Amino acid sequence: MNASAVLRNGWQKVFGAGARSARPIPGDASHGTILYLEDISVSFDGFKALNALTLYIDAGELRCIIGPNGAGKTTLMDVITGKTRPDAGSAWFGQTTDLLTLTEPQIAEAGIGRKFQKPTVFEQHSVLENLALAVAGNKTIWTTLVSPLSRVQHERIEAALETIHLQDRRDMRAGMLSHGQKQWLEIGMLLAQQPQLLLVDEPVAGMTPQEVERTAELLLSLAGKHSVMVVEHDMDFVRSIARKVTVLHEGHVLAEGTIDEVQSDPRVVEVYLGE
Amino acid sequence: MRISQNPGTALIAGDRGTQLFLALLLTVGVAAPIMHLAFPEDSALHLSTYTMTLLGKYMTYALLAIAVDLVWGYCGILSLGHAAFFALGGYAMGMYLMRQIGTRGVYGDPVLPDFMVFLNWKALPWFWHGFDLFWFTAAMIILVPGLLALAFGWLAFRSRVTGVYLSIITQALTYALMLAFFRNDMGFGGNNGLTDFKEILGADINAPATRVALFVASAMALGLGYLCCRYLVLSRAGRVVQAIRDAESRTRFIGYRVETYKLWVFAFSAVLAGIAGALYVPQVGIINPSEFQPINSIEVVIWVAVGGRGTLYGAVAGALIVNYAKTYFTAAIPELWLYALGAMFVIVTLFLPGGVVGLADRFSLRRRDARTVTA
Repeated sequence: MNASAVLRNGWQKVFGAGARSARPIPGDASHGTILYLEDISVSFDGFKALNALTLYIDAGELRCIIGPNGAGKTTLMDVITGKTRPDAGSAWFGQTTDLLTLTEPQIAEAGIGRKFQKPTVFEQHSVLENLALAVAGNKTIWTTLVSPLSRVQHERIEAALETIHLQDRRDMRAGMLSHGQKQWLEIGMLLAQQPQLLLVDEPVAGMTPQEVERTAELLLSLAGKHSVMVVEHDMDFVRSIARKVTVLHEGHVLAEGTIDEVQSDPRVVEVYLGE
Repeated sequence: MRISQNPGTALIAGDRGTQLFLALLLTVGVAAPIMHLAFPEDSALHLSTYTMTLLGKYMTYALLAIAVDLVWGYCGILSLGHAAFFALGGYAMGMYLMRQIGTRGVYGDPVLPDFMVFLNWKALPWFWHGFDLFWFTAAMIILVPGLLALAFGWLAFRSRVTGVYLSIITQALTYALMLAFFRNDMGFGGNNGLTDFKEILGADINAPATRVALFVASAMALGLGYLCCRYLVLSRAGRVVQAIRDAESRTRFIGYRVETYKLWVFAFSAVLAGIAGALYVPQVGIINPSEFQPINSIEVVIWVAVGGRGTLYGAVAGALIVNYAKTYFTAAIPELWLYALGAMFVIVTLFLPGGVVGLADRFSLRRRDARTVTA
């Protein structure tokens, strides 16, 4: 790459100019598949976190990913969201978007939202402000500096608020919410971004049984409109929501199928369920 | 709904701290000049030139404090090099004031400032050209700190340098500038800096009316700078900036170009600091490389911490409190000043994390949360 190309790339990275116009429509799932991961490998200091992993997610599907600790679940999410670059393999979002060429904000803009394991809402902001930060729209500094939210954006915020049942907490600081409410707020923030694919990392860790039940309902109601990928340890929860389960082990897919199929698979029993 | 508000309507309304600050600023800004000019020197209501200048100096410090509060209190960038931008603005103004001396210098050279004649320089260095014009100087006061901040920030934020590492390289920045400006070859008067100013915009710089004008200009710059920052923090961009402070990678994941936000906030803040420095120099009558000392930048951070970071008026309060204490201590018991400064910082860090104004805020916030729970 010559010097001017380096400069141009750096400029685009910092100012985000030009990058958008050249990009095709993201997340084109016209072939029924929203996410293609093929032969993805990631290693950290020789340790293979992901080892030639291949995984496809269908449009509108609710998929659960399970696996013992160190199986590569979080690394998998990191690769999809652009936080970690794989050493080998390809990752496509729909037909036309090569995830490996995009930065984290560009991937978020393309339509992939991520909910972290630890609830990370903006604690100093109100519930409404949290949703307003997340809501889909132009997120460049000039727009946010001079123009208020549009009517459409307001409607999206209200819709998300309704879905997560936090209408009566709208002006409360997010830091004051209970653990379960924070998790829902985070899911609401994902929804406000209007993603096609939601990555949800351990949504029910630390929740009360009632909260777990409501979270299951919430995730089930999202499937169909969005593709949802859930990483979870809680097998009862997985059983209550999953139609299809992928078992990861040592960085690759060990088994895939309905919860009953994978639970009766002897290899799965050996590495995970038998523990 | 709170988030849909146009910041224009909320700039002043609904925030008691802002109202109090602006009312006080207006009162002092009007009363001090009147007390200085209208009352005879033996009157009890007379304000001495010394006090006038001191107040003007405090105003520029307060503007610098706001600039630091914007990047630290709102964006979470602990800059320990903001005095560098202040000093650069000051040097730009100093260069203009040097060029206004003309033949009244010790050596009487119509073009070259005294220190250049002393160094046997025959011609004006290229970067001194244009500084005889006020509009050019005004542009430089904004551009030099702003562009340096953009270049520095672009390199630092793009590489995701954050936290204590960023603080350390900002210290290195101001230290490097100090060393550079100490050199005579740099062409900024070396150790002695720029001083012995005669006039500004054609007016005698020591005349009472000029002093008053500079004081009023400082007060206006402080008020305007405050309102600009307040607009910024109340806008949606301001919410993003605060989100970056609280959870940077989360903000990136919901689709904001965090580096761009940090970069422009940092550059804007540097410009404010530069303007503050430019107003400081004609009032104190000198600018020299000691203004780049790393300790100066740290002191500004202490002002903000004492006043209460994340509230713009808190930064102003902190700048006034600490500097008044400094003026008092360094006159009365100079050897104790640094201990007093350290003690202030320790007490605030341990017992008043929200600073002096944080005390009042904590109560009102608790009330607000209690209201929303019961609602």
